[in-house]
Amino acid sequence: MLKNLFKQKEEENPEESENARDDEKVTTRQDGEEKPEEAVSLGGLFGRLKEGLTKTKKGITDRVDDLVKSYTKIDEELFEELEEILITADLGVNTTMEIIDQLRDRVKENKATDPKEVKGLLKELLTEALEEVANPTLDLETTPSIIMVVGVNGVGKTTSIGKIAHKLKGEGKKVLLAAGDTFRAGAIEQLKIWGERSGIDVISHQEGSDPAAVIYDAIQAAKSRKVDVLICDTAGRLHNKKNLMNELGKVFKIVRRECEGLSQESLLVLDATTGQNAIQQAKIFKEVTNISGLVLTKLDGTAKGGIVISVSKELKVPVKLIGVGEKLEDLQSFEPKIFVDALFD
Amino acid sequence: MIFEGLAEKLQNTFSKLKSKGKLNEQDVTAAMREVKMALLEADVNFKVVKDFIGRVKERAVGDEVLESLTPGQHVIKIVKDELTRLMGETQSKINFSNKPPTIIMMAGLQGAGKTTTCGKLAKLLKKQGKRPLLVACDVYRPAAISQLEIVGEQVEVPVFSMGDQEKPITIARESIVHAEKNGNDVVIIDTAGRLHIDSDLMNELKEIDEQLHPHEKLLVLDSMTGQDAVNVAKEFNETIEINGVILTKLDGDTRGGAALSIRAVTDKPIKFVGMGEKLDELEAFHPDRMASRILGMGDMLSLIEKAESSFDQKKAKEMEEKLRTQQFTFEDFLEQLEQIRNMGPIGDMLNMLPGVPSKQMKNLNVDEKELNHIQAIIQSMTRDERTNPSIINGSRRKRIAAGSGTSVQQVNKLIKQFEQTRKMMKQFSGSGMDKLKKKGGKFNMPFFG
Ligand SMILES: Nc1nc2c(ncn2[C@@H]2O[C@H](COP(=O)(O)OP(=O)(O)O)[C@@H](O)[C@H]2O)c(=O)[nH]1
Ligand SMILES: Nc1nc2c(ncn2[C@@H]2O[C@H](COP(=O)(O)OP(=O)(O)O)[C@@H](O)[C@H]2O)c(=O)[nH]1
Ligand SMILES: [Mg+2]
Ligand SMILES: [Mg+2]
Repeated sequence: MLKNLFKQKEEENPEESENARDDEKVTTRQDGEEKPEEAVSLGGLFGRLKEGLTKTKKGITDRVDDLVKSYTKIDEELFEELEEILITADLGVNTTMEIIDQLRDRVKENKATDPKEVKGLLKELLTEALEEVANPTLDLETTPSIIMVVGVNGVGKTTSIGKIAHKLKGEGKKVLLAAGDTFRAGAIEQLKIWGERSGIDVISHQEGSDPAAVIYDAIQAAKSRKVDVLICDTAGRLHNKKNLMNELGKVFKIVRRECEGLSQESLLVLDATTGQNAIQQAKIFKEVTNISGLVLTKLDGTAKGGIVISVSKELKVPVKLIGVGEKLEDLQSFEPKIFVDALFD
Repeated sequence: MIFEGLAEKLQNTFSKLKSKGKLNEQDVTAAMREVKMALLEADVNFKVVKDFIGRVKERAVGDEVLESLTPGQHVIKIVKDELTRLMGETQSKINFSNKPPTIIMMAGLQGAGKTTTCGKLAKLLKKQGKRPLLVACDVYRPAAISQLEIVGEQVEVPVFSMGDQEKPITIARESIVHAEKNGNDVVIIDTAGRLHIDSDLMNELKEIDEQLHPHEKLLVLDSMTGQDAVNVAKEFNETIEINGVILTKLDGDTRGGAALSIRAVTDKPIKFVGMGEKLDELEAFHPDRMASRILGMGDMLSLIEKAESSFDQKKAKEMEEKLRTQQFTFEDFLEQLEQIRNMGPIGDMLNMLPGVPSKQMKNLNVDEKELNHIQAIIQSMTRDERTNPSIINGSRRKRIAAGSGTSVQQVNKLIKQFEQTRKMMKQFSGSGMDKLKKKGGKFNMPFFG
């Protein structure tokens, strides 16, 4: 049940709901003052008036600050507006409801009486949700190790591979790339250009050839050339395309067979602009490829990528890396705290 | 959590409320809460949802809903009408200039599908008798130019490029000269993906707009986009005043609420939708279907159309003939199976049917795994075995089982079923086939249904 956003103004059982609401009202220390009620309404009025006037160009942080300032009491409206912020960041209705419920509990537990604390508690909750599954490192113990990169169309797989390869090479590793997208026009050449940028070899076949065969060859090459890390590109595919997912399953079968005992990472690339569909993407890609981590791209835009909070909670897969641009060095390790702060920017 | 469908939820809400007697305004509020949820789950922007609900509620309160015997359906109807109205009319056409060449410019975020859509549009216009020219103005993304060149080759449309060292405005301007010289009556400009907050790149678009005055400026948007769609659409529209939108990747299972968001902030028509990676997968936009999709109400029409496009009529006739004369082979069967599966997971297809409650769906249990097995078994047969199953003896069965990762029993079962079906099929003469077809609808394949 949604408690705030979809709150029924008139409850079926008025007495009960009054009590429930009273419960959730946490009065501030300022209650000792003479006329707290009036202070509330005036603050609220002016606060929101100001907010309305400056809304367009403002980041969420400012809005939260305004919001917090404009309340001297932690009341329903505050929770409601925090909900709006989470929904707008693409956390989705369900996750938002859960988080806000937890926030209510935490506000009580902490006997938080200052509305400013609420924002801190909310951030804490979101960070915890991410940290619960966090694991920023890639398992690249063996020589060779293999990283498979998968995802739907256009999310940034090939670009992320270019960046990851560059990063690993910078750490002194010998890297090899496999052009496993044999479908999309120009995909092989695109990967080759990324390889050239960091002086890294690319194993490729012709456009239209069997992706499993390229990956197989690349694995053999990685072994014989004593490469530290092999990173394999794959064609973008929508998770609801059964035949394409089967094709990917086949590729992974070969990888598992040929790389037994070797370190394997399977990274799902998610586009930060994506809404609720990302959950479905992650679910199905996880079934087929047993993904070990997420790469969240395009965080340099205005989209918040809040969907990874839902994905982390539901599937227990950590976000490992984030993409923040189109250049070689626009890749960062995922840090829950920084990410959560940015949700409110 | 599986989304149950708004219709079902509303029905539940109202059945609870109705026991109390006559519906009142608060009951409508409760129903609106469900609508709100559905829209947010579908990625419609938060503010857009708020406005929309306000409007719908106004219409619903004081309307006959309160007296209606089936208030759930009544509310659904109002919601759907309002949504369809917001989606606008079907406007799947390009504005051609009466002074050719007509200039079309694609714009959008990175990876939205611009280059692919350029190819699709070129193909479509060529089919309509135009002589399009594709123009490679993405000088930033690695291999973007050769991607467009390959796409151009695939649809047999010339591509104009000047490499990646010239400025996009220069390339675009030169392309017009080239088109005039070569008799190309439509110029389709592919641009680089850009963030709506990247002022340098947004200015680059503005420059092309101001100097060349494209007749069609189309925003290409990924249908999976979430809450941010409003910001993207707003910025692009403010910078170059778009003429319309192309919504891509609708062949996925996203609910596509972004469609509503962009309509609300730009008021520009959605002209086409991308329905796949192949270059003929561009379709007209249907507001009513999009409305049902966003509401999670199933989409009968799309399903029927999908079935029709997947089934090549001529092939179906051939198949029928083969069945009748008992020449139907595993080869044919595999083809048929693949055709059906191309339409997407069977379960998904059934989900597209409106009015099928999710509970019943679960019992139906179409076994995709079983279909995988069947496909694997046939794929493990040699050509000879597929066309002449009678040669499949014991050792061959063993080999097939091993090759397909199934058991000999599974192989036996399939071959037996196949032979039986083939015999049965033979009994239907022409008219019998027709009847069978009517009964089984489009899915008249052996072992199925
Ligand atoms: N702004 C931005 N663009 C990105 C990022 N990652 C990838 N892209 C762009 O997104 C588009 C699609 O990327 P690509 O790697 O080809 O995606 P793929 O189809 O998944 O391989 C390209 O234009 C990339 O330059 C990122 O982190 N930020
Ligand atoms: N499934 C599907 N994929 C699409 C569709 N349109 C484009 N794509 C894919 O999306 C990815 C990005 O497309 P592209 O044209 O390179 O995007 P651009 O960066 O905007 O030029 C490619 O993998 C395309 O094949 C569509 O309608 N459906
Ligand atoms: Mg790629
Ligand atoms: Mg492009």
